[in-house]
Amino acid sequence: MKVLVPVKRVIDYNVKVRVKADQTGVDLANVKMSMNPFDEISVEEAVRLKEKGKATEVVAVSIGPQQASETIRTALAMGADRGILVKTDAEVEPLAVAKILKAICDAEKPSLVITGKQAIDDDSNQTGQMLAALLGWPQGTFAHKLELGDTDAKIEREIDGGLQTVDVKLPAVMSVDLRLNEPRYASLPNIMKAKKKPIDEKSPADYGVDVAPKLKTLKVTEPPKRQAGIKVKTVAELVGKLKEVGAI
Amino acid sequence: MATLVIAEHDNKSLKEATAKTVTAATEIGGPVHVLVAGSGCDAAAAAAAKLAGVEKVLVADDPLYAKMVAETMETLILSLADKYDAILAPATTNGKNYTPRVAAKLDVAQISEIIKVVSPDTFERPIYAGNAIATVQAGAGKKVITVRTTTFKAAGEGGSATIEKIAAAADPGTSKFVGEELSKSERPELTSAKIVISGGRGMQSGENFHMLDKIADKLHAAVGASRAAVDAGFVPNDYQVGQTGKVVAPELYIAVGISGAIQHLAGMKDSKIIAAINKDEEAPIFQVADFGLVADLFKAVPEMEEELTKLGY
Repeated sequence: MKVLVPVKRVIDYNVKVRVKADQTGVDLANVKMSMNPFDEISVEEAVRLKEKGKATEVVAVSIGPQQASETIRTALAMGADRGILVKTDAEVEPLAVAKILKAICDAEKPSLVITGKQAIDDDSNQTGQMLAALLGWPQGTFAHKLELGDTDAKIEREIDGGLQTVDVKLPAVMSVDLRLNEPRYASLPNIMKAKKKPIDEKSPADYGVDVAPKLKTLKVTEPPKRQAGIKVKTVAELVGKLKEVGAI
Repeated sequence: MATLVIAEHDNKSLKEATAKTVTAATEIGGPVHVLVAGSGCDAAAAAAAKLAGVEKVLVADDPLYAKMVAETMETLILSLADKYDAILAPATTNGKNYTPRVAAKLDVAQISEIIKVVSPDTFERPIYAGNAIATVQAGAGKKVITVRTTTFKAAGEGGSATIEKIAAAADPGTSKFVGEELSKSERPELTSAKIVISGGRGMQSGENFHMLDKIADKLHAAVGASRAAVDAGFVPNDYQVGQTGKVVAPELYIAVGISGAIQHLAGMKDSKIIAAINKDEEAPIFQVADFGLVADLFKAVPEMEEELTKLGY
C-alpha cells in the first residue's frame, strides 16, 4: 500500500522566535528552517512501515516556497521514495493545505496519510482532520501506536485522560503525537541517494485550489512578559512565602 | 444568530471546560445553545442547563456518541450547523479531534485555541508555542472556533435552560472505539486543579514522582510533568504540561527539577504564582518563577513535605 506524508518547512524548533517591530508577523529572515518536528515522526513511521513490508511506496509532499524542496529532500534521505512540491510563496492556511492534499490523494490513492498533529509555527492542529473530512475518511489523531492491517488500522491515541484506541477502516488519515517513535538521522549515503530521488513540481492552481486566506491577521504581538520574582534560601522560606501570598 | 457550544463531559458530569467555553460564547454575543452528545448523558445535560447564559441545551443521547468519536461528531454537528453563526468547542483532545472536520465541511477556516474575544469576529490566539500572539479576524461564513479554556472564567450556575432531545445523525461507519486506558487518580484533574506540582527530567525516575504525590495529597494538587519526564517514561503522556501537552493556569504551579524549556513554559506561564526548585541556578524556569529555590530536589522535596506537615497540611 501507498503511504503519503505531508511535511512542512517551519522555523527550527531551537530558534528563538522574534516578533517583527511592525507587528505583521514573526521575523523569518536569515533564520534556520527545518522540517516540522511532528512531521519527522510521520516520515519515520511511514519509512518503518515500508521496512516492515507493509507499505510499498512512501510519497512526501510539501506545500511552500522553492526551499520546501529541502524539506522533501530530508524526508527522502530518511527513506521516502519520491516527493511532490506544491510551490507557492503565499502563507497557506490549513484548509487550503487540506484541499491540495485531497486533490493529491484523489490522484495518488494512498491507503494511509500520516501527518504531524500540528505544525510548530501556527500551532493550528487542523490539517489532518480537515483532510480526512474532505475525503470522507476516518482519522486517528494524536497517534501513540499504530497497528496496521490490510483493510483497517488500530490506532492508539494520546487523549486528555490517558490513551484511547480506535479502529479505522482504510483509507484513513493518522496524525502523530510525540511518542509514536523516535525519528532517525539520515546517514550520509542516504542523503546522497536522496539527491537522485524524483521530486515533482506543481502549483496550487494545478490542483484547482485557491490559497487566498480566509482569515485576516490584523497583528502579531509579543506575549505579556512575566517578571522573574525572588530567590529564596530555604524550603521553610519558600513555604512561608507561598503561605504569605495565599497560594497554599 | 445563535452560538453553539459543544460540551465536554463524561456522560455523568460536565467538565469545567464546557463552562469556560460558554463564557467565550457569551462574549461573542447572541443566544448560547449547548450540545451534549453522549450516551446516558442526562446528568451532564442537566448540569449544562444550569450554566448561566445558556438558553437551550440540545441532547443527542445515543451509544454512537458515548466516546465522542470524531466522524460521528462531525455529522451530528453539521446536521445542526444551519441554525448557528458560530460553533465553539473547548480545545481538549476531543474538541481538537472533531472541530476541524466540521470547519472543513463548512468550508471555513477554523480559529484554534482562542485566548481572547476582541470583538464578535476578532480573536487572539497564541502561535509559535506562545511566543507570539496573533489577532485574527474571521472571514465570511460561520465561525468555527476552539477555546483555550485556561484564559476564560467558568460560567457560573443560575441558568435554567430548556432541554431538547435531538435525534442522532448518520453514522459514517468508518471508525469505531475499541478501548481506553485512563489514568486513575483521586486527585483533581490537571487542567482544573487550583495547585499543580510538576516534575521534570531532574526527578530521575518514575518512582521518585511519589515524592511529588505526597505533596500533592497535602495540597489537593494535581501532578504534572515536563515533556522530558514523559519521554523518559517516568510518567504517562497525560501528565505532560506544555504547548503540545496540556495547558494549565492554576493559582499555584510548583516546578520541580524542570529546567523550563520554551515549550514547557508555554503550557504553564499563565499560572498565578510559580514556584521553582532546581539545582541549576541558571535554569530558565527561574526567569518566570515568583519564588525560586536553588536546591537539590531530593533534599528539598522531603523537607517541603515536613514543613507542610508542621503547618498542619
